[in-house]
This record gives sequence, structure tokens and C-alpha cells, in this order.
Amino acid sequence: MLKHLWTAARLLVIFIVLTAGVYSAVITGLAQTLFPAQANGSLVRIHGRIIGASMIGQSFTSPKWFDSRPSAANYNAAASAASNYGPTNPLLIKEVKTNLSAFLKENPGIKAEQVPPSMVESSDSGLDPDITPSAAYLQAPRVARVNHVPLSVVKQLIARHVHGRFLGMYGNPYVNVLKLNLALRSWIHRHHP
Amino acid sequence: MTVPGVLGILVFVVVLILIAKPIGLYLYAVYDLRKTWLDPLMRPLERLVYRISGVNEDREMRWTEYFLAILAFNLIGFVVLYVLLRIQAALPFNPAHMKDLGPHLSFNTAVSFMTNTNWQAYGGESTMSYFSQAMLMVQQFLSPITGMGMILAFIRGLSRRNANTLGNFWVDLTRTLLWVSLPFAFVAALVLIALGNPQNWGPYITAHTLQGGTQIIAQGPVGMMNAIMQLGDNGGGFFNMNAGHPYETASAASLMFQLILGFSIPVGLTYYFGKVVKDTRQGWTILGAMLAMFLAGTLIMYHAEAVGNPLLAHLGIHGPNMEGKEVRFGPALSSLFETSTTAVSWGSTAAANDSLTPVGGLVTLFNMMSGEVIIGAWGVGLLGMLAFAILAVFLAGLMVGRTPEYLGKKIQSYEVKMAVLALIVPTFVILGLSAWAVVSKGGLAGIYNPGPHGLSEVLYAFSSGVGNNGSAFGGLDAASPFYTWTVGLAMLFGRFAMYIPALAIAGSLVRKQAVPESAGTFPTHGVLFAALLIATVIIVGALVFFPALALGPLAEHFALWSGHLFGGGA
Repeated sequence: MLKHLWTAARLLVIFIVLTAGVYSAVITGLAQTLFPAQANGSLVRIHGRIIGASMIGQSFTSPKWFDSRPSAANYNAAASAASNYGPTNPLLIKEVKTNLSAFLKENPGIKAEQVPPSMVESSDSGLDPDITPSAAYLQAPRVARVNHVPLSVVKQLIARHVHGRFLGMYGNPYVNVLKLNLALRSWIHRHHP
Repeated sequence: MTVPGVLGILVFVVVLILIAKPIGLYLYAVYDLRKTWLDPLMRPLERLVYRISGVNEDREMRWTEYFLAILAFNLIGFVVLYVLLRIQAALPFNPAHMKDLGPHLSFNTAVSFMTNTNWQAYGGESTMSYFSQAMLMVQQFLSPITGMGMILAFIRGLSRRNANTLGNFWVDLTRTLLWVSLPFAFVAALVLIALGNPQNWGPYITAHTLQGGTQIIAQGPVGMMNAIMQLGDNGGGFFNMNAGHPYETASAASLMFQLILGFSIPVGLTYYFGKVVKDTRQGWTILGAMLAMFLAGTLIMYHAEAVGNPLLAHLGIHGPNMEGKEVRFGPALSSLFETSTTAVSWGSTAAANDSLTPVGGLVTLFNMMSGEVIIGAWGVGLLGMLAFAILAVFLAGLMVGRTPEYLGKKIQSYEVKMAVLALIVPTFVILGLSAWAVVSKGGLAGIYNPGPHGLSEVLYAFSSGVGNNGSAFGGLDAASPFYTWTVGLAMLFGRFAMYIPALAIAGSLVRKQAVPESAGTFPTHGVLFAALLIATVIIVGALVFFPALALGPLAEHFALWSGHLFGGGA
């Protein structure tokens, strides 16, 4: 056994060098050369200032922006988390009730039956960057009204940001909230400078 | 359920069948010392490794020595990882100033990564320095190879005649790392980074959000770890929320790539098995039985998740259960991934399993409790399935009154006893520890969801530990002393209590003569044997858990549909 332990220790050292050393360094070097944007976190900048990462959801509570999904992590991107509510947990019902009434209040004229579950249930990562296209269209009248932008323009912006399924089969159609809000912001800047 | 959803699942199963043969043939070339295109690079490196470590590559080991070598390698790996976690704060690459881990969490985490479980009682981005993540990654490279060594030794036991030895673990280890793990992970890491994984060693980023707040965004060398985490069926993510975190999986395309990574080696191994025993039908039959159970589980979970939560219908919310799911994946892909992650003994998650519907949760529990044999992780899945195959021929032999044989080897009482032992010890550990948890203060204090769902959390934790899966019903307080130690023990039992009897079977079979096939030989290929195998898995492997499942997910299912809530939270 001692002989095996000695062999094992020497092999472990070699393999640490090969994986944590050589493999890590080569991957980091290639990633920084070939895909610098992704490797450094797909950050989004406005005039050099970092406003977020395109694939990391952020909190939007003001009525002028399209809302993100409810998040159990409060969009803390240094501590991702889910609610972990089970289906028969009263806290789940409470969460959905609270989120639903807030959404209905913010978007008058909408019925509960129109609201997709994803807009009242919290995501897995707590950092979901996306909402469903229907959740975006439901918010369009409010966003148009608050920002004094024609409804047709807002709907066009949404339509331009809808991503389909991968290979037509995998995943759900979605709208990236940060990208949509950035497009809205730049439309407003162009037309109401 | 939607047409694209079901179609996507079916197409994925077809893809798995298509990749089995090429990967199996590559593995055959690697382990049977045929030519591969990596030889000019890897062969000199391999010789160098043996020279430095003093390994004689021509020396073969008996089953006991093979096991001792595995044990020694795992022990050293555990000790080194434990120490490094305990002194994390003093080590480099720690821009977020993470503190040392305590003894409970260090023990749990070191066992977890050494046993290829990757149970995470911590949140990566809030606990681990980049240095520690890289050291966890080392075990993500090495621990799956332990399972690979096990199946290589076992298959040699089945295929060799009148021999004594089962190969050399150090050679199996080195060749797997150099020819399989490193090159596959290298390509996978670059693909994943192109699809959105960060790969940097910089400090966490402070963003000034559009609406005027600030957001600290965790960074790190995600791509390199994600590649081997998925390829090796490790499942221990860089971030707390694992593959659901957008930095680990930015798109459905990335998730599909990670799914194929996770299945690639285990699926290829079934073909490799057939190739080595010189009858590829044997491998296809095993794969067929695995995929049939996998497909059934996926569709059942997808159906349950697509129907959603009836309690919310009263509020006017109709549609799929999206609590704990990401919009870009939706219910179909989330169900495919969560079935996969429990079937492959993998443990990476892209949805919150604690928030699945009761039937969805039942599927994940079934996949783990049946012994992680529905595909299963590197080597150990096929190993468990071959143990079931031995039982299946034994049961068939009893029914027709003949001496059972498997692949030309007589199956006698020693093999059957060992196979039963390999299957019964995990069962005993899961049920025993769960029972202890629900009658002890420490165990009860860690439960998060009220009612039967709480029991499901406990059953899940020990099934995941014993099955070396590593995923969780995340509400459970995995970091509490009770669960760090009990789940830690479950992981050790699950790993080694299966290894010893499995290698003992191999050591016994390798010495046997070949029995010529006769009219009385029960064929172990084809639909009939696949069906017998599935029945054995369900009856021998999973039925013993029925009472526990009746009190957990089944009770919750009926309560849910009769409108019943548990606890007084609302």
C-alpha cells in the first residue's frame, strides 16, 4: 500500500501540473486571444462605463423599463440562487400572488389569465436575462405610455429582439430584457434628444 | 407538451445512438493500444509520466491490487484537496478574498469531488477562490477516471479467459487522462467559451445598471472547468446555480452541447463493451435498455412540468411550471436536462429540482435510486447495469432451471452474492440515513419545504450522495454539520461499497474458462433481454424504495391535485 501511495502522490503532482497548470494556461491564452469578449464576461458598456453583462439579468423596477422576471437572488450576480419553493409550499402561492398583483397593477387592463407563469414565478439562477415574448408584449402599452413612445414602435422593438428556438426544437422563444431596454433607450435618445 | 419539445427529445436520443459507435471505437483504440492520431503527441508524454512516477506499464494487477491502487490514488487526492481548502485564504488567485473553509465543509467537498459526486454544500462564487476552483477541477479530471478504471477492469474480467489480472490502474488512469479527458475537454472548453463562458482570472466586475443601481458580477475561469465538469459527468458547477447560471449556459445551443458532452463517454462505453466481448449486439442491448428508461423518464417529467401547478390555476396562472426554470430553456429542455443529470449520475442542473412538480421530482429520484444505471457516469453506470445483467441471467436461469451464463462465463453463487451486495448496500445506506435524518434534530432542522416535499428533500440528498450524483433538492441545508457528515459518508459508501464487490466479480470471472454457447444458453442480446433487464432494474433495484416514495413525492402529488398545501407560511 505504501508503494502505491508513493506512486499515487507522484502521479497526482504530475496531473495537477498538466490540468491546473498547462491546460488552464493554454485555455486562458486561447480564450483571451480568440474570444476576448466572452472570456471577459460579455460586458456591455455605454461611453466606456460598464452597465452590465448581456447575458446576466438585472433588476428593472421602474415602469419606464421592461421588467425582468422575479428573482430569488434579487439579481445579485455574486450569489446566484433559486427560491427552492416546492409545489405545495404556501410560500410559493404567496410569492405568485404578490408578483401577480404587482404586475397587474403596473400594467392596467391585463387579466391574470394572460400573464405567463414565468413572469410571476422566480427563475433558477436568479439572474435570468430573458422574458417570454408574450411577457414583453403585455408590458408594451405601459412602456409606450410612460416613455411617450408610439406603441407601434415599442412592438417593433420587441419583434426585432425575439430569439427563436435553437434548431427550431430546443428551448423557448425569448427576449433579452437588457438588450430590449437598451434598444428602447437609444430610440428615445434619437427621437427626443 | 409541444411538438418541438417532444421532437427535440426524440432527436436527442437518436443523436446519442449515432455517437455511441464512433466514441466506442475511439475508446477501443485507446485501451487496446491501436493507433490514434494523438499518439505522436501523447505517447512521449505518457512515457515521461511513467518515468517520473516509476510506473512499469507492462506489469498487470490482480483485482485486489487494482483496488488498492484506486484507493491510494483517491486517498491522496482527498487529503491534498482537503488541506488546500482549509488554507484557501493563504493561497494565490483569490481576488474576491474568500476565507478558509471550515472542517465540515472541507471534508464534505473533498469527499464529494474525489468520489465524482460533486455535491456542493457551498455556493461557488461566494465561497471558492479561483485557486480552489482549479483544484476542484483537478479532481473533475481525475475522479471520473476512477470509474473508467473500474469498468475497464470489469470488462477485462468478462472477456479474458483463464487469466489472473485485470490490467494496470496507473496505465488506465494515464491513458484516459491523456487520450480522452484532456483532448476532449480542450475542444469542449473552447466551444463553451465561444458560446459565452467567461475565462478570466480577474476581480468581480462592478456594473452600473441601466436603472441606476450597482451590480457586482462574479467572474472566473468558468469555461475550462465547465468543459470537464460536463464531460466527466462531475456536475460541480463554477457558480451556485450551476448550468442554470447564464455564465455557464448562455443559450439552448450551449446546453445541448453540454448534454452531448455528458452523455458522450458513457454512451460510447456501451459500444466499447460490445467490441471487447466481440459481440456488439451485447452493447447495443444494454444501451437500448438504458435509453428506453431514459426516454420514458424524460417524457413523464416533461408532461408533468408542462401541465404545471394546479394550485396556481386558481389565481388565473395557467401553463408550465416555471418556478426555478430559465426562460431560454423552457419546460421541455429543462426536463430533458434534469432527467439526464439524474440518469447519467452527473448532477449538473439547469433548473431547480426542489421546485419540480412531484412527478418530475419522482423521476429524478427513480433515476438515482435505481442505482444510477440509466446511462450512468463514466464506467460506474455500465458497471451497475452489468451487475443487474448478472442478476437478470440468474433470475432467468432460475425460471427455466439452467445454470446461468453471461458472455460465456458461468455465473455462480459467488458472482450473484457479490452483485446483490453491490446493489443492496447503497439501498440500505439511502434508507438508513434518511430514516435517521427524519427522526433526529439535526436532520429535521435542515429541511426547507414543509410536508411530504421535505421527505423528498432528504431522500434526494442521500440518493444523490450514494449514487455519486451530486445534484440536490436545493432547499435542504446541505452545509449544516449533520448533512455535511452524513452525505459525506453516503458518498464514500456509494463509491467503495460498489467497487469492492464489482472488482471481486471481475477477479472471479477472469479466472473462468469459456463455456461454449449451446441451445440452452439464454441469449443476452435483443429486445427480450433488454426487457428482462429493465424489469430487473425496476423490481430488484427500485421497488424497495416504493414505501419511501409513497410518503414523499406520491403523497405530495395527490395532495397537490386535491388542492392541499402544507405548513403555515401563507
